[in-house]
Amino acid sequence: MDSTASPFAQGLAVGVLRYQRCGACGLALTGQRFACTACGSVQLDWCDAVGTGTVFSVSTVHRAPTEAWRAMAPYTLVLVDLDEGPRVMAHGSPGLVIGQRVRAEPVVLAGQALVRFESA
Amino acid sequence: MAVLPHITGVGLTAFGRHDGSTAPGLMARAAQAALDDAGIARGQIDGLLCGYATTLPHLMLSTLMAEWLALRPVYAHSVQLGGATGAALLMLAGDLVRAGRCRQVLVLAGENRLSGQARDSAIQTLAQVGDADMEVPNGASVPAYYALMASRYLQATGTTEADLAELAVLMRRHAQAHPGAQLRSPLTVADVLASKPIATPLKLADCCPISDGAAAFIVSADSGPGPRVVLRGAGQAHRHQHLSAMADVLACGAAEAAQRALAEAGVTLAQIGHLGIYDSFTITLAMLLEEIGIAPRGGSAAMARAGAFGPQGALPLNLHGGLLSYGHCGVAGGMAHAVEAVLQLGGRAGPRQARPATHALVHADGGVMSSHVSLVLTREG
Repeated sequence: MDSTASPFAQGLAVGVLRYQRCGACGLALTGQRFACTACGSVQLDWCDAVGTGTVFSVSTVHRAPTEAWRAMAPYTLVLVDLDEGPRVMAHGSPGLVIGQRVRAEPVVLAGQALVRFESA
Repeated sequence: MAVLPHITGVGLTAFGRHDGSTAPGLMARAAQAALDDAGIARGQIDGLLCGYATTLPHLMLSTLMAEWLALRPVYAHSVQLGGATGAALLMLAGDLVRAGRCRQVLVLAGENRLSGQARDSAIQTLAQVGDADMEVPNGASVPAYYALMASRYLQATGTTEADLAELAVLMRRHAQAHPGAQLRSPLTVADVLASKPIATPLKLADCCPISDGAAAFIVSADSGPGPRVVLRGAGQAHRHQHLSAMADVLACGAAEAAQRALAEAGVTLAQIGHLGIYDSFTITLAMLLEEIGIAPRGGSAAMARAGAFGPQGALPLNLHGGLLSYGHCGVAGGMAHAVEAVLQLGGRAGPRQARPATHALVHADGGVMSSHVSLVLTREG
């Protein structure tokens, strides 16, 4: 993968879920940032997540946006609050509910390296 | 005395399928209607603010439209803020008039979003409001983002899918009184609940349709010939772009924007007598009504059932039918709420006319409740 690709995408390509942590104040950040939302520092480091967390929300997608995903529908999407703090969007195994403890597994779906959360 | 921005003209096409239409063609229709409504000549337009068109991703849409419409503005550009664009354009037009930069601003948007592209193409374009690395690759789309938000909001507030359905039914009832609305066939709560699943808990009837259409306003330093409707206050809030980064589904920025607009207008929420609230999905409408404080948490549907949001209720809401039933053609979809509010405040809504109101609150969001713009419109004199 090209070195200018997002470190998050580079992580997924090798089966690792990554998040950013502020080198100054230590806050773990959601999303991809240039600066820390708490202290404004630009010294942010990418870290490997342990992969455990709690389901924040869940939806079963029936209407897929592309041909490749249409072949996979219905599929489950989740927002998970990682134990380290950040919230991530990912796939989930069917039947997950809000508040459930989950663990991340690397998966390739519709040709994409992704993460799917399973019941922990 | 300070110059106040008056909304002296509105133009709104019917929404729906306009086969063979073009974005400039639809925009021209709305622009001409607004000029005629304001009773001004095109030569008087000295400001032109445009939205964007997904079917015409032009680098300089306002200049293109100035040429097409035979305008020679001294100030022109486009604005891109998703669904909040229309309200942001009105806010900016108001500021240009207040500052003395312009005296007659044409605010304009429209596109052939339904007939001008394949449905998959529209859905994939819209999905790009999500994070390109962390969200979109999951096979996510705008309905899926809103569904994930709805999943959490329903759990947090006790709102049910039947409650959300009530809001779709309300918008359909209002659309039935407007000849320009895209969806006018009868709709019941049972119909909404039985409509095909899109992304749980949202079903087809919880989602707005994709439409062709256009809308325009004249924002003027002069009061114009008709009833005086003044843009008294405006406010924005931008807390996140992506759903993952939305810290709290109970505080997305809507209340912050509304409070800024109300403070600028010198009006309290209790004085508001008319509402134009963004409703891309039923969950959007519930969350905005409840965060702004118009309805208690989880209480939007109960207010709808009690008649509060109807033409004779205390807070008439989206009497044109909203995005859910009048339709959604992008930027102009979010402008239709303000068109209706201007007509209602001015007593010009014909058979749809609600009981008289002095102050209206218009609120729009872009992205996934990402950008918020609130406007307070006031009838004066």
